Amino acid sequence: MKTEDLKNSQEYKYGFSTDVENIRAPKGLNEKTIKFISNIKKEPKWMLEWRLKAFNRLKVLKEPDWQKPKYPKIDYQDLYYYSAPKSVSDKPKSLDEIDPKILETYKKLGIPLDEQKRLNGIAVDAVFDSVSVATTFKDELTKKGIIFCSISEAIKKHPDLVKKYLGSVIPLSDHYFATLNSAVFTDGSFVYIPPHTRCPMELSTYFRINASETGQFERTLIIADKGSYVSYLEGCTAPMRDENQLHAANVELVALDDAEIKYSTVQNWYPGDENGVGGIYNFVTKRGACRGKNSKISWTQVETGSAITWKYPSCILQGDNSVGEFYSIAITNNHQKADTGTKMIHLGKNTKSKIISKGISAGKADNMYRGLVEIKNKASNSRNYTQCDSLLMGNKCGAHTIPYIKNNNSTSTIEHEATTTKINEEQLYYCNQRGLDQEEAVSLIVNGFCKEVLQQLPMEFAVEAQKLVAISLEGSVG
Amino acid sequence: MLNIKNLEAKVDNKHILNGLNLDIKPGEVHAIMGPNGSGKSTLANVLSGKNGYETKGEIKFDGQNLSELSTEERAQKGIFLAFQYPLEIPGVNTNIFLKTSLNSVRKARGEKELDTLSFLKIVKEKSSELGIDEKFLSRQLNVGFSGGEKKKNEILQMKILQPKLAILDETDSGLDIDALRIVADGVNSYKNKDNAFLIITHYQRLLDYIKPDFIHVLSKGKIVKTGDAELGVELEKTGYANFI
Repeated sequence: MKTEDLKNSQEYKYGFSTDVENIRAPKGLNEKTIKFISNIKKEPKWMLEWRLKAFNRLKVLKEPDWQKPKYPKIDYQDLYYYSAPKSVSDKPKSLDEIDPKILETYKKLGIPLDEQKRLNGIAVDAVFDSVSVATTFKDELTKKGIIFCSISEAIKKHPDLVKKYLGSVIPLSDHYFATLNSAVFTDGSFVYIPPHTRCPMELSTYFRINASETGQFERTLIIADKGSYVSYLEGCTAPMRDENQLHAANVELVALDDAEIKYSTVQNWYPGDENGVGGIYNFVTKRGACRGKNSKISWTQVETGSAITWKYPSCILQGDNSVGEFYSIAITNNHQKADTGTKMIHLGKNTKSKIISKGISAGKADNMYRGLVEIKNKASNSRNYTQCDSLLMGNKCGAHTIPYIKNNNSTSTIEHEATTTKINEEQLYYCNQRGLDQEEAVSLIVNGFCKEVLQQLPMEFAVEAQKLVAISLEGSVG
Repeated sequence: MLNIKNLEAKVDNKHILNGLNLDIKPGEVHAIMGPNGSGKSTLANVLSGKNGYETKGEIKFDGQNLSELSTEERAQKGIFLAFQYPLEIPGVNTNIFLKTSLNSVRKARGEKELDTLSFLKIVKEKSSELGIDEKFLSRQLNVGFSGGEKKKNEILQMKILQPKLAILDETDSGLDIDALRIVADGVNSYKNKDNAFLIITHYQRLLDYIKPDFIHVLSKGKIVKTGDAELGVELEKTGYANFI
């Protein structure tokens, strides 16, 4: 089996798979599958109806094809839509009840779920294939009225919040992948921060695809009530397989008056091998609504994995004086492709947005920044600043920037700056002359190039991300 | 320490060095002077192992054939080049660059890598010797530095990395008299019986401050005249015409 060969490769250290017994829905995308998912999750009736409504809508939607990276047609009837390790089908009540193999997996990934061992005070929700296996530090958060649990649990325990906000940022009928997610989403995280509460620790979700031939459809919903603050991180890995696997997530953020959400992603799904075989299709819809006045949503993403990354974390700036930010590092190497950027929709007065995008392309990869900045006619005195920098390594890769800019208010301004540079041989020589080898030199220069974005990440993740940046580009120069 | 025999170097099929011979022993200061295009910077680049040169002949450093070593290995073995035009590396903090560099060299020498605290102690000491403000070290490497600051930074790196052979490629160019004196003091304070200098310059000016043991006149890729410090004074008066 090819997967075995792939394991010998050193480049992707998260490429192992875990041998656990799974419960799966039968293959295929149909009402039966959706009912299976809803049923196994013991969901209320309204949730099933919501899913079926999405499914009906999906029937008339077409898969988009305007993106730059093309991929072979996906046979949606040949995928599993639900896969869960058998041992957690009846959700474990404590960490002791989790299959030790799964705990071991997270340990290998550097995410110990054991609360006593976690020194850095980050609460973690771990999602393994289609289910959430553990959420740490729950009690401590509950004392403050903060809800941090799997979305499945929230549907049962906090139906009012879920009903009110689910699909309020990404509507049921939004577009093909988002609607597909609404029909078949399996698990993900739910966060609610009560008014005037500052979440005392970083909240983090760790996504892991394990089962083969399985799509992962995670759904995350974060609500920051008036005057609250939360910083949320997600990390992702997958085993090496020679098939392409689909990951189509929906993430919705809602910030009410004076609230702030900081959402950071370190995406390191399996990128495929050096010949472009295998890897994750990362087709994700992420959108935040700055619904209240003076609210703020800040997206930071470090995208190093996946065969194809196709996503535009966006901000809808509804509230007056609201602020949207997007900081992105997208690295593509070998045959990886990325078409990523953001959308900043200015609706309220005095709204501000800032976009800092750093695209790095190596090998035969193709990297595209695509972004929309739209200032609507009522958004007086609004401002956007966009900076897109591309760095090319070698001469077989590509970098593209497509900004869409629409300003319908004469009192508002939009600024766009873009640069494309090739990694400079003289800089490398200078570093080599100071004793740094080629890899160290590349890592130093690239991390310097990405600095403005890396600075946005919480400390613990920034260090990880810097290493990841270096690893992703290993062997790409010289 | 350094033995160059019959060194030839070509770039894009153009001959630049044509049979150059040079021996440098520990404790010596050698100056290379010569008109523009005589091959001075090429010599510095070939010694440090820059890509793009086709070479013939032999260069031995401490008995080891240099052509077998990569640029970084040469640096780790103790060859340092102070660049004529130090490179800017945006986003990279000068201190972090210096620390990464020092630790790469230490690692290669089998020495323990330094933690941030002990590193900062060294930097503090060396930079105050050169009159470099510490704030300057938290700026991005060479970005927005003046010509003088860049050259001082090169000398600082030399003092931190402690090379056996330091090659200074026109380090004096673009320096005002105060900066020149600081650079020269930096070199003089580092000089000892175990290390050596190869100073490439156009002008006698720098040699008023750093006294060379030998001055070589380079012309068309060859050393055409070797003398002591007096030769520099003579060159300053008469120009290169008598030697080439």
